[in-house]
Amino acid sequence: MNRAVIIGGGLHGLSTALHLARMPGWRVTVLERRHVGRHSSGINAGGVRRLGRDLSEIALSAVAAEMWQGITALVGDDCGFRPSGQVKVAESAADMEKLAARQSAVRALGWQHEELVDQAEVRRLLPAVSPHVVGALVTRDDGAADPMRTVMAFRAAAERAGARILEGIGVTGLQRRGDTILVETDQGPFEADRVANCAGAWAPQLARMAGEEIPCAAKASMMIVTERLPRFCEPTVGPTARPLSFKQTDAGTLVIGGGHQGRNDLATESSTVLFGSLAHAARIAAELFPCVAGARIIRTWTGIEARPPDDIPVIGESRTFPGLIHSFGYSGHGFQLSPAAGAAVAELLARGATNLPVAPFTQDRFGKAA
Amino acid sequence: MSAAVDVLVLGAGPAGMAAATEARARGLSVLVLDENASPGGQVFRAIEARAGKDRDGAALVAAFRASGAELRSNATLWAIEPGGTVFWSEAGAARSIAASRLILCAGATERALPIPGWTLPGVMSVGAAQIALKTAGLVPEGRVWIAGQGPLLWLYAQQALAAGGQIAGILDLSAPGGLGRAARHLPRALLAPEYLARGLLWQRRVRAAGVPVRRVRDLAALGEGRLEAILADGERLPADLLLLHDGVVPNTQLTRAIPGCRHDWDPAQQGFRPVLDAWGNTSVEGVMVAGDSGGIGGARAAALSGRLAAMEAARALGRLTPEQRDAEAGRTRLERDRQLAPRAFLDALFPPRPAAAIDDATLLCRCEEVSAGRVRQAVTLGCLGANQTKAFTRAGMGPCQGRVCGPSVHAVIAASRGVDPAGVDPFRTRFPTKPLTLGELAALAG
Repeated sequence: MNRAVIIGGGLHGLSTALHLARMPGWRVTVLERRHVGRHSSGINAGGVRRLGRDLSEIALSAVAAEMWQGITALVGDDCGFRPSGQVKVAESAADMEKLAARQSAVRALGWQHEELVDQAEVRRLLPAVSPHVVGALVTRDDGAADPMRTVMAFRAAAERAGARILEGIGVTGLQRRGDTILVETDQGPFEADRVANCAGAWAPQLARMAGEEIPCAAKASMMIVTERLPRFCEPTVGPTARPLSFKQTDAGTLVIGGGHQGRNDLATESSTVLFGSLAHAARIAAELFPCVAGARIIRTWTGIEARPPDDIPVIGESRTFPGLIHSFGYSGHGFQLSPAAGAAVAELLARGATNLPVAPFTQDRFGKAA
Repeated sequence: MSAAVDVLVLGAGPAGMAAATEARARGLSVLVLDENASPGGQVFRAIEARAGKDRDGAALVAAFRASGAELRSNATLWAIEPGGTVFWSEAGAARSIAASRLILCAGATERALPIPGWTLPGVMSVGAAQIALKTAGLVPEGRVWIAGQGPLLWLYAQQALAAGGQIAGILDLSAPGGLGRAARHLPRALLAPEYLARGLLWQRRVRAAGVPVRRVRDLAALGEGRLEAILADGERLPADLLLLHDGVVPNTQLTRAIPGCRHDWDPAQQGFRPVLDAWGNTSVEGVMVAGDSGGIGGARAAALSGRLAAMEAARALGRLTPEQRDAEAGRTRLERDRQLAPRAFLDALFPPRPAAAIDDATLLCRCEEVSAGRVRQAVTLGCLGANQTKAFTRAGMGPCQGRVCGPSVHAVIAASRGVDPAGVDPFRTRFPTKPLTLGELAALAG
């Protein structure tokens, strides 16, 4: 049996473990320092979105979208996924021009999922939207899922496929002993033939343990959840020129995010909500949907995630430590990608190559190894 | 209002008023935020409108009003950021200010007493009934039963009777053998004999008014759509109003949300309390706690701890040397110790109802309608603490943010696991620790 250690029990680590454990001949162990889904995997907004992605991400996102449509077949649970649509609204004529140009750019690459719609159609999709909204770019079969439920479903599926998931074990170093990689932890060493770095915000530190410097910062996006409201909004909504993500969950609560940043502290693994900044999310939400101004905020939170300088992930084999495959830096939009990215990383682990479209994400884009 | 203040005091109860008054006397600028329409807190609620009711309270409010501290009433604090920026809502908009020192005097909250039917209209807490009595002069009418245990129950019963209210009976749910358990704490309690004297007086007044008092083990509220009767040890008794009380716990909703603010389990009071030094400093620099939110001690101890916290704040802000502070605080500290002397006796006399007495069908979390049985089931599925249980059952996720159900969910988890409650984590609280609207928050964006 070949042995793989996946470092990090977030959604990307679990998806990688699931896909690899289903390949014949692999014994897969996930090492998670705290508990599964502790950071951004468990507390993100759950957007299942191709709409508005970086052009280099669309191909992988399209593969992931197919997998989401069949998510029950993949993990044995629907993960709360609802293809209720994603809508990027235009608040001005200038926004509308921007959206039209975006649609053309995406179509020029051969993708048809983004659709420009007029004011009447936006009003039909979003009856409660403010009258100043003049149009939108829509992906009708995108949607949203329940993040923690998704984490649990991937975990259960990975375990059913034979992966071991060990929580409360922190990795402290990586050593090579001949053909074997020694993953040193605070509970003794683990031996592996291949190792995946899915350690989220802490992945750049892990790369450094392997002697590789990859430019990557951290971010702590903030979220708001309100009390339950009568159902008034099906799709996930964001504006064109301002940062916001807005959706109503099955329970009726509003989940509002969109990249407003709190303070993060990697050393203490903690992050802090900054209300002066979060107030902008509340303001944009109340301007897009005037009916929510009176909704009571019940909770706010942040989660820490890795963010390379170009806001797209790092997927590829280490240039200093052969056998180590990186998968991190999803910059706040990795949730939808996780089924496809995990499949790609599992192939990279198993045979060193993949046909899945992850070529744009190697760390080579930051220049050659130091 | 300026953008910064020396001392921000949360709460205009005895601790907050005394802290603000003392801090002003030391030359510090003081802003007091209070949720109520007028100062006084729970114990001296609406005291300025109730002439002659309590000389202690009247004197505290008068000194506070004369102190020059700025009071913001109807103001709800909902967040504290590292470094001392405080956020609150007032008149429909969020506001913020930077404070060099925080003295948090959030008081106590009532421990819920979950019995079958406790969420029916017609069932409420003794504390809520006392608020109605003090602010609106509402006296209980009809067939009114008061059930549970603790000093506040007796205090309210005699206040209600004095105001012309009716009480059908008092159902004492306290654990038998209270005096035996408490006896060893009696000598110390007699350092402040007025507490015991008042308690005995309240009980005597209630009995003298002809109110039957009976000890009961099992209690349920019955009714279709609203309370119609109670079932006391199997006996059905008609009821129009049932008031429940199971003691009070420190209100730690706010301090638990502050990163790095340590809390310890208090086995005597069966609740978490912030770890404090003799002055009220928490484990977070600049954040202080005074009064019942640091541990139940009553109004007099609260006012004294408020004054001590303010002296320490004056020391921290350079208005007093440590030697001056120590010299001036000496008598206050001794008097506070005396006021706290009866606590061990009272805590032993009135332990909360054990979690085992709550049957599986009874709701613990009324916002999300989660029963004790579902919490116990979550424990058997591996939830070791309140936060995992919350994620699993939604208990504590509703608009009360776990304020009401927190202690009972915690107690049920500890009892089901058969472990010391000290080792079971309580609900993690997060800012905003009180709900505010999106529109209020949006006001901060200018």
